[in-house]
Amino acid sequence: MKKKVLSALLAATMVAGMLTGCGGGNTASSSAPAPSSEASKTESSAAESTAPATEEGTVLNIYCWNEEFKSRLVEHYPGYEEIDGTTGKIGDVTVKYTIVPSDDNAYQNNLDSTLLKQADAAADDKIDIFLVEADYALKYVDTEYAMAVNDLGVTEADVANQYQYTKDVVTDGNGNLKGVSWQGCPGALFYNREIAKAVWGTDDAAEIQKKVATWDDFKKAAAELEAKGYYVTSSVMDTYRTYSNNVTSKWVVDGKINIDPNIEKWAQDAKEMYDAGYTNAYELWSDDWSKGFYPEGKVFCYFGPAWFINFSMAADKEGSVGYNGGWGITEGPQGFYWGGTWICAATGTDNQTLVKDIMLQMTCNEELMTGIVKANDDFVNNKPAMEAMAADASYSSKILGGVNPLPLYVASADSIDLSNMSIYDQACNEEFQNAMKNYFEGNATYEQALELFYKAVQEKHPELTY
Amino acid sequence: MSSKKANNVVKYNKWGYIFLAPFVIVYVVFQLIPLVWTIWNSFFENYRSGLVQIGPTFIGLENYITLFTNGDLITYTQNTIIMWLLGFVPQIIVSLLLGAWFSDTRLRLKFSGFFKTVIYLPNLIMASAFSMLFFTLFSDGGPINSILVQMGVFEEAYSFLSHTGSARGLIALMNFLMWFGNTTILLMAGMMGIDTSLFEAAEVDGATSTEVFFQITLPLLKPILIYVMITSLIGGLQMFDVPQILTNGTGDPMRSTMTLIMYLNKHLFSKNYGMAGALSVLLFIITGALSLLVYKFSDNKES
Repeated sequence: MKKKVLSALLAATMVAGMLTGCGGGNTASSSAPAPSSEASKTESSAAESTAPATEEGTVLNIYCWNEEFKSRLVEHYPGYEEIDGTTGKIGDVTVKYTIVPSDDNAYQNNLDSTLLKQADAAADDKIDIFLVEADYALKYVDTEYAMAVNDLGVTEADVANQYQYTKDVVTDGNGNLKGVSWQGCPGALFYNREIAKAVWGTDDAAEIQKKVATWDDFKKAAAELEAKGYYVTSSVMDTYRTYSNNVTSKWVVDGKINIDPNIEKWAQDAKEMYDAGYTNAYELWSDDWSKGFYPEGKVFCYFGPAWFINFSMAADKEGSVGYNGGWGITEGPQGFYWGGTWICAATGTDNQTLVKDIMLQMTCNEELMTGIVKANDDFVNNKPAMEAMAADASYSSKILGGVNPLPLYVASADSIDLSNMSIYDQACNEEFQNAMKNYFEGNATYEQALELFYKAVQEKHPELTY
Repeated sequence: MSSKKANNVVKYNKWGYIFLAPFVIVYVVFQLIPLVWTIWNSFFENYRSGLVQIGPTFIGLENYITLFTNGDLITYTQNTIIMWLLGFVPQIIVSLLLGAWFSDTRLRLKFSGFFKTVIYLPNLIMASAFSMLFFTLFSDGGPINSILVQMGVFEEAYSFLSHTGSARGLIALMNFLMWFGNTTILLMAGMMGIDTSLFEAAEVDGATSTEVFFQITLPLLKPILIYVMITSLIGGLQMFDVPQILTNGTGDPMRSTMTLIMYLNKHLFSKNYGMAGALSVLLFIITGALSLLVYKFSDNKES
């Protein structure tokens, strides 16, 4: 009898423990969202009943992958108060950042799953603003999840001063503009002045441009550099954007993966240069690739836009080429752009007025944008502002040895053509470079590497054929 | 009286079920339902392209047919097995040797506690951190290359991750370093469980250390060896974090270091639950079959 009581007691405690365990979890999980959804319901009904323009959501949710946009808002948006690393305040509205790094597609994975639940989310949890990059902008722009800026009240006249290509990137199939950007990213070729002097006896931009005016010249220059023990670029991947921005067809045509002649030309040119020992096959952003930021790396040039030289080339580290003002700037063989961040308003946002104001202030306010150029050396998306700055002799870049690089960017920005973008760009660009690395390093023929590329793209987009 | 006894038995049976319940409930919720759900999913076309959801559409065995016909499955299984063997063979040899030394009462090794801790330490590091470390160590401009070039072994930096042999070798080396300590501890426990009188008897009979090891230690250690083998095999088939981080998910060169789970992970980019499900089911079957085989193998030998 005693045993029976004891066992009953033991079983009871176990079961009770389990139940409390489960019950605790249930109540916690079910009770947590309940108040917020109730609160938001009352809020949204309040917002609907009273004047919607004044009674908007109290939380502005911004989804982004790094600190850049936040730091721009902190420094330049009027009336912005910073509270801590991921929150701020504009008037009565709390600004909440959800920062997920882009690595391994984490940013998009998170954004996608949140956007798909957007319709059912509580008003304060709804995404209000999300940022996109050019490579995958169309993935969002071509859907209902991004709002047309017209619906927010941003007119064509407001964005008239922006560079056309920055508008093309975020225009959907029906011609609706669905995002705006505060920056332009026309690219240029940055060359190491010391190396130029050592090889050709001059670091004059016009002379250097002659050496790299076409890809054939570029290869010839590479041979001369190699003879003196220098690499023309740090990696074959450096030149990729220059080719891929100058294609004449899209990556995918009628559901079939398509290799543009210019993309194939990149693969062949790069292979030639790699085999000749002019350059390496490092991945972009790897430690080996970054060696050329310092004189010991013996790298003649990098391709990039304004943000690249200012933020990525270790210009703030003592001993680097940029720290000593050792880079020169020239057009290079072909014009291109790289990167850029666009602001999109998420459908269903409860802070329309504020979103509109942020867009207008950050991307259309000439005075504010000139401030960004002066404070952050960024290239802003405002033609008159940039043209004025380009003509301004007092503005110069220390990293570039006291040269004003803006005239060159301004000229390049007008020539960017983005008519051949597709929603598959990111997957294709990444996988093509990954696959071709095997070809360059001699682990595969071009055909085998191409086969690998098709396979990798199909894994990401199973509906495509080749 | 007798009927009362029978009642008691029934009642105790009931308690048995109640005591079993926690395990069964956890098992059903976290193992059985996902398992069945995975199998169910593998018969559907179900993925996302961008933000557009495609399916789920019932397509029968099409996912399996695709898996078998495109030839990838065989390649990645081979890769996995090769890299596992490269790591496991040295691991079991070194572990046996170390285990024998540590448990040998005649040797009386000093500081054995210290050494046991040291060899176990690599297992405490996160696999991803470990492979990040190796990535940096063995990069073209990394310390290993600098040392080798300065010593005159290579003329110029050797790209370890651009050659199939060295890339697979590095992955095997990492798995070896991470797991040999763990295996040593397991084998040592098995060796210490062997009756010392057997060793003493062998000694009296004039057996050498080698003879003792092969005639007494090894046969009596078999149950533990088989356990180590099975767990390592299942762990090896699920190899993922080390090669994924080391090759940045590409499985380069030419996917020769791509394991089955890395391939599975590729399908999750497009939330392709159909293909990923089919692959998981196959992996489940392979793992199950291999485990059964090893069990059967061991049983036959013992009888």
